[in-house]
Amino acid sequence: MPKARLIDVSKCIACRACQVACKQWNNLEAMPTEQSGTYENPPQLTASTWIKVEFRERPNEWLFRAHTCMHCTDAGCEQVCPTGAISHRGEVVYIDQDWCVGCGYCVQACPFQVPHKDEVSGTARKCTFCIDRITNGQQPACVKTCPPNAIQFGERDDLLNTAQQRVQTLVMNYGYRSAQVYGEKELGGLHTLYVLTDSPAVFGLPEEPKVATTLVGTQWLSGVVAAGVIAILPFWLLFRRRNNQNHEVNSGTGGR
Amino acid sequence: MTNHWTDIGNADVILIMGSNAAENHPISFHWVTEAMEKGAVLIHVDPRFTRTSAKANIYAPIRSGTDIAFLGGMIKYIIEDIEKTPQSYNVEYLREYTNAGWLINANYSFSDGIFNGYDAAARSYKDKSSWQYQLDDKGIPKQDKTFADPNCVFQLLKKHYSRYDMDIVSRVAGTSKERLLKVYQTFASTGKADRAGTIMYAMGTTQHTVGSQNVRAYSVIQLLLANVGIAGGGINALRGESNVQGATDHALLFQYIPGYLPVQNTAQPTLAKYLEAITPKSNDPRSGNWKQHQPKYMVSMLKAWYGDAANNDNEFGYQYLPKIQAGGNYSFIALFEAIDKGTIKGLLAWGQNPAVSGPNSNAEREALEKLDWLVAVDLWETETAAFWKRPGVDPKAIGTEVFLLPACASYEKEGSVTNSGRWAQWRYKAIEPPGEAEDDLWIAVHLMDKLRALYATGGPNADAITRLTWDYGEHPDPNKIAKEINGYDLTTGKLMANFLTLKNNGDTSCGNWLFSGSYTESGNMMARRDPKDNSTIGLYSNWAWCWPVNRRIIYNRASVDSNGNPFDPKRPVVKWDAANKKWIGDVIDGFGTRGPDLYPFIMLPEGVGRLFGMGMADGPFPEHYEPWETPVKNAFSKTDLNPVVKIWRPQEQGTPDKYPYIGTTYRVSEHWQGGAMTRNLPWLVELMPGMFVEIGEELANEKGIMNGDTVVVESARGFVKGTAIVTSRLVPLRVNGQVVHHVGLPWHWGYAGLSTGDSANLLTSYIGDANTTIPEYKAFLVNIKKA
Repeated sequence: MPKARLIDVSKCIACRACQVACKQWNNLEAMPTEQSGTYENPPQLTASTWIKVEFRERPNEWLFRAHTCMHCTDAGCEQVCPTGAISHRGEVVYIDQDWCVGCGYCVQACPFQVPHKDEVSGTARKCTFCIDRITNGQQPACVKTCPPNAIQFGERDDLLNTAQQRVQTLVMNYGYRSAQVYGEKELGGLHTLYVLTDSPAVFGLPEEPKVATTLVGTQWLSGVVAAGVIAILPFWLLFRRRNNQNHEVNSGTGGR
Repeated sequence: MTNHWTDIGNADVILIMGSNAAENHPISFHWVTEAMEKGAVLIHVDPRFTRTSAKANIYAPIRSGTDIAFLGGMIKYIIEDIEKTPQSYNVEYLREYTNAGWLINANYSFSDGIFNGYDAAARSYKDKSSWQYQLDDKGIPKQDKTFADPNCVFQLLKKHYSRYDMDIVSRVAGTSKERLLKVYQTFASTGKADRAGTIMYAMGTTQHTVGSQNVRAYSVIQLLLANVGIAGGGINALRGESNVQGATDHALLFQYIPGYLPVQNTAQPTLAKYLEAITPKSNDPRSGNWKQHQPKYMVSMLKAWYGDAANNDNEFGYQYLPKIQAGGNYSFIALFEAIDKGTIKGLLAWGQNPAVSGPNSNAEREALEKLDWLVAVDLWETETAAFWKRPGVDPKAIGTEVFLLPACASYEKEGSVTNSGRWAQWRYKAIEPPGEAEDDLWIAVHLMDKLRALYATGGPNADAITRLTWDYGEHPDPNKIAKEINGYDLTTGKLMANFLTLKNNGDTSCGNWLFSGSYTESGNMMARRDPKDNSTIGLYSNWAWCWPVNRRIIYNRASVDSNGNPFDPKRPVVKWDAANKKWIGDVIDGFGTRGPDLYPFIMLPEGVGRLFGMGMADGPFPEHYEPWETPVKNAFSKTDLNPVVKIWRPQEQGTPDKYPYIGTTYRVSEHWQGGAMTRNLPWLVELMPGMFVEIGEELANEKGIMNGDTVVVESARGFVKGTAIVTSRLVPLRVNGQVVHHVGLPWHWGYAGLSTGDSANLLTSYIGDANTTIPEYKAFLVNIKKA
């Protein structure tokens, strides 16, 4: 039975504890940001920001949505990845950092703008669904920390039930006539599901997300790239390992 | 809190007012959300549409500083509705458990914003003798349970709030009449005996010149609606620090010593005089009058402090205690005025950062320069610790000697933390502190050890210091302190089971009577971690321990009818078992074997809830006054400002011609208080990287300010720069025919740490509430322009 995460925007208070918990568990660095006239920061997901709350204002409404990897069944990133670094591990769409060559195709292919390339490691990075936690009986860090239980984790079927019931309540009791579940069928079924109080577009989500493989070339181009990658991979891995060691030494002296 | 965090989940209607709970108490939304999932309605009343408003079913904008107008209108609505449809209210509660039917001295009066007994020269109600009950020949307050007598509280209340009609309330508060009515109707629906309404409030309520009366207005409403003492009800202060409840319980405020015993003053030169003053009397057999026991608590506290040096021959050491001047004000503003005048020469700023968090920061930073010495105890170098090298000053010109003592964070030490719901929870040390950091207990004990060594050779009132019981050793054990607070039976050496058997003869010791029962012969009750709930209302009575005597909902006698049956059978708090003469459920409020004939509000000598509150400095009923700085005149009376507040610096009052907008300060989820604990953490700085100023779109248009522009906000006391957040969430309000704008400023920033910025308190005024002197941080006048 696949697991999933359900994000109920009607319960989210935008405290952003999920953003901090994610960085803490996954040991991700803070990035320099600026106050530019918004509560929202960093401006978008990055290689070291794997979940972030988006704020949207409408008259008498302030909408919040935590944006993160959807862990799609038909994952565009996985399909375009020339080295096979991106693969499904159960429901988790996982980027194996040892195999990623940083070609950036997944960055282009993702309809949700989730993966980003890390300038230091040269690899693409994104939410791992806290695979180290969930394979050890724990909830993802964002779920564990969420004060109003706006993010839940569990069996996907159960969460879909919960989501549908919640949508009914939102329609009947709160007057959110366009409330809906997002992620049930999209891209073969997402493993980050949403309860939305309005249409997906209002929350910056594509109504019909598509795998954007055409953006990065056709099959034959992938083949060429793959061939090139296979040729250079041993050298690249060697180089990268040395680079990593240097990096670790550098960060080791930085303290907390 | 009368209730506790988990209990919010029991509410049918939640009124959040003067609080931005979703942002500043995010965990509270665990229970708010739980209540809403069961169908509860959430109301939010606030000048700004915040993350809390975003989750509310009903949002009502209000002009900052007009809560009493808003709530006075609700009181009027409820009174009229009770008269019209009494079946929709719990009239038995109102009649039996509040002073609604009690008769007040016929000389009590109110006219044009002033209650009787006012002395204008002293800015004080010198004669409050008529703010009292009429007594019968047995000395028991007279009652008219039909509420017909014109001097009964119900009639006086009705008369007082007859002036608070929808028109004037809407005109003063700027809230539309439709929205007011919706709020009033919704909250008044909890007047039914089987409905529960809770009020969650914080500093948006208290930080006004009428702050205490704002809370009084909640009390009046909750008593009228029979919402005190029940599950899902109550008046719930969301405390702003994880342990501020514990700090207050142990005498954070100048007017108390531990356990809310009044601080001794110069009018009480002997223990006998002091005890007499703190021992209220009641002739009413139905009144428990719990405070009659206070002498036992005081003497036991002196025994805890002075041990064998406290005995019958020396008034149990009463003379060791310093005494404040009777009527003296030793609040935060007063302390800084005394520092400024040179009366106070040294300051321990312990986990506090007044250079950022105090009002009128320029004045307070300058006052620090007059100190001979300053000790800052904190996790980081705060603005207060660094005041001598702040931007714009010459360190060579400042003579203050400054010490910075590094302290432990909460995870680096063991001890108890008391939350807003009065739960004392024991925590353990998780990791060693870095460097030379020590825990607060260690610092306090060693500081006192050094002082005692110095005083051993004499000094002013040296006995007060040298005779203290102070045997904590090199590595003080928090368990030992907790036991001392709990108290001992000195005749057996055993820990007290609770405060019921404390004595006033020196046979018992107890550091704080409220915490007696927290650490007994059965062990450390605060360390209990049984997650099982044996009630149906989430009391979790075996999880940690709560004062008093593990009672989770205080005034719980008010939750049952005269036979001891719960008014609300769905959510029973307690129930009287008449056959066995005992109570079932939560720990009953006082006198366990006494049945439901006892009046429920045992901490008051009359035993019933006060709609008419005679203990206040500024009148028995909350009355609307304008903030010290306001764009409008008071529409209710010719008395603009609360007539008993002390005006510290009249020359610093801004006027609306120069400063036409209402400034208000607040916090955000991402930062904490004065910022030392969060502006040094990169993850949090990433989320909220700099000082901002929130304004509405209309004001921004008027001033030509675009979102993201740097703006300057100025008051009569200073100016700050910040990035403009232009938002539709701040709507202009129509007040008395004119348009009023708010300018919102978070007060987290300062010049020290990783993320720096201007402090909003450079703008705030030096004036406080009439009862507590808490500064009026929430309403002052400013102007704004593009930088």
